[in-house]
Amino acid sequence: MALEKQRFDTLILGAGGAGLNAALQLANANLKVAVVSKVFPTRSHTVAAQGGVNAALANVLPDNWHWHMFDTVKGSDYLGDQDAIEYMCREAIPTVYELEHNGVPFSRLANGKIYQRAFGGQSQDFGGEQAARTCAAADRTGHAILHTLYQQNIRAKTQFYDEYFAVDLIKDDEGIILGALVLNIATGEPLLIESKTTLLATGGCGQVFRTTSNAHINTGDGMAMVLRADLPLMDMEFFQFHPTGIAGKGMLITEGVRGEGGYLINKDGDRFMEKYAPNAKDLASRDVVARSIVTEVRDGHGCGPEADHVMLKVNHLNEDVIAKRLPGIRESAKIFAGVDPVKDPIPVFPTAHYVMGGIPTDRFGRVMPTADDDGDHLPGLYAAGECACASVHGANRLGGNSLLDILVFGRLAGHNIIDYVKENKTHRPLNEASVEASMARLDRWDAKGEGMTVSQLRNEFRKTMEDHAGVFRVEDMMAEGVEKVKKIRKKLNDIRLTDHTRTFNTNRTEALELENLIDVGLAIAVSALHRKESRGAHSRPDYPKRDDAEWMKHTLYWRESDKLDYKDVRVQPLTVESFPPKERVY
Amino acid sequence: MIIHNSDLADIDRLRWQCRRGMLELDVLLEAFLEQHYEALSPRLKRHFIQFLEFPDPVIHAWCIRGESPDDDEFAELVSSIRATEVA
Ligand SMILES: Cc1cc2nc3c(=O)[nH]c(=O)nc-3n(C[C@H](O)[C@H](O)[C@H](O)COP(=O)(O)OP(=O)(O)OC[C@H]3O[C@@H](n4cnc5c(N)ncnc54)[C@H](O)[C@@H]3O)c2cc1C
Repeated sequence: MALEKQRFDTLILGAGGAGLNAALQLANANLKVAVVSKVFPTRSHTVAAQGGVNAALANVLPDNWHWHMFDTVKGSDYLGDQDAIEYMCREAIPTVYELEHNGVPFSRLANGKIYQRAFGGQSQDFGGEQAARTCAAADRTGHAILHTLYQQNIRAKTQFYDEYFAVDLIKDDEGIILGALVLNIATGEPLLIESKTTLLATGGCGQVFRTTSNAHINTGDGMAMVLRADLPLMDMEFFQFHPTGIAGKGMLITEGVRGEGGYLINKDGDRFMEKYAPNAKDLASRDVVARSIVTEVRDGHGCGPEADHVMLKVNHLNEDVIAKRLPGIRESAKIFAGVDPVKDPIPVFPTAHYVMGGIPTDRFGRVMPTADDDGDHLPGLYAAGECACASVHGANRLGGNSLLDILVFGRLAGHNIIDYVKENKTHRPLNEASVEASMARLDRWDAKGEGMTVSQLRNEFRKTMEDHAGVFRVEDMMAEGVEKVKKIRKKLNDIRLTDHTRTFNTNRTEALELENLIDVGLAIAVSALHRKESRGAHSRPDYPKRDDAEWMKHTLYWRESDKLDYKDVRVQPLTVESFPPKERVY
Repeated sequence: MIIHNSDLADIDRLRWQCRRGMLELDVLLEAFLEQHYEALSPRLKRHFIQFLEFPDPVIHAWCIRGESPDDDEFAELVSSIRATEVA
């Protein structure tokens, strides 16, 4: 059967907050837009974001975007690009008002203004008193944003391809992206979407690790597609582990628990955060708390028969407080950990939460194919959201800055695409060889016979990543991890599907996802092995200090022979003075 | 939503519908589908198919937080989902 083809001005892969906000700009400008999503758009992972979105509105405490910028640069451990950060923090304010205008039901103060919550890492006056910067729509912020953007896209006549799986980018001999091969999950039939411009907005890759807070769909597909198109990923060694996931399961126990007075204890009942962060204690930044937990466990102070986790104590809090302020936590702990936190502490361990690295883009969402910072971007290819690296989070992301990132850079990418399409009105000729290569990758899964199952190799891979490229990273252990993952990559050839039907073949989809996970996993493991310093979420006990002279630079990783290169951090903001690196104290 | 009798047996489709935006729902719904779906009465199977159309925060509120479904019709289904063994 001939391959079905469709043509659009713009193809957007991903229908989370980033993809939908970009699509809306384009559809409103009357461009022909296709949005492809492997799940129904409002089931994108953005729906899980409950905490909220940061903007220096100053509704509760004094605030301004410059302080927000300072916190973000400091939080990034000086690896964030300061021009992009300035842009994001300035844009935060109109972005939140625009959402409000479009119908996102933000929680309000008695005076009618948007309520703002305080979170770790937010300060007034460049590192002074606690600030309150996070705007939320009750505990459904992500859902409210997705729902609002989806409805508006429907009205603007964006064309959705729901339950289509993007397989590969299609490119010509000059490296220009011509669109993508996608798979209709319901029928198993491939479809070629040709586009003048393509935006990757496929979200994160938490499923790389065994313990993660991310939904099963977060398999780094867009990142791996970029790697297969001979383009690099940037700063993949920076992965944020949320300190408190349900041990062995990954579900998040929110920061709010510690905000309300919950605290961590080891097997002796000691409140160990007092030792690691005397001032902020249990409210220290995520990487500090995560590292402290792993250190406690490694030093033999862990709880449980395997001594492999610590406990989060909340049973000193009033039952009413738990019910009112921490809805869902009690039930979540009961269902997934089998404990009632009103009576017993919750077993917790760091859970892979957010990837700071991703597809390198400039401040306009354009993909940058080389380490030459002044070099050209790749015409027509864009990335935004968690799959991209602008880089506004640097070595560590602040809570509430990610929803902000996806909204600000999703919209900006949309506007830049509009300008690009004005000047590039025609489709480039299709490159059949690239299509055939991608079809061959798909057909490979039709092979029958004896072999490993997808889930066997996936389990082996995710455990390897957790043990060798997780929170705690030392040279030998990591080098061993890289070799192990390379072997796992070879074992992909040994997999045989157990299901060869066409319709809703989850087995085949999961095989494609596993290929993606492994490519992204190697990017993480190799990048981490070579960064010989500790910065932000990347912690090396063998190189415990941040080394600005040598390492204030971004890592670039290519799949071809697992090559690395580096490029300078952009320390010059747009209009204000640069924030020079300072020692971190907690 | 029209549900045909043939839809009730389409486990492959339902398995993909259990892919959600929240890990909690992935784990709970997939476990329920694998462990209990086959044994449900045709009436409850229909309820499950309808139920999967609800937005994630609604399913979360019912299945994780234990809020009662506004619609009594779903109460029986939700309580069996909540009883699924995942800890
Ligand atoms: C539990 C949790 C809570 C969080 N809370 C907050 C918070 O309070 N505040 C905050 O700022 N951040 C929070 N974050 C982070 C934030 O939610 C994410 O970084 C953000 O939502 C990512 O949005 P996105 O648009 O980039 O991608 P996503 O929302 O993940 O969307 C990705 C899209 O890509 C599609 N896709 C992926 N692969 C393919 C493929 N191969 N083919 C077709 N489609 C594909 C998916 O279907 C989906 O539509 C939280 C994260 C987690 C895990």
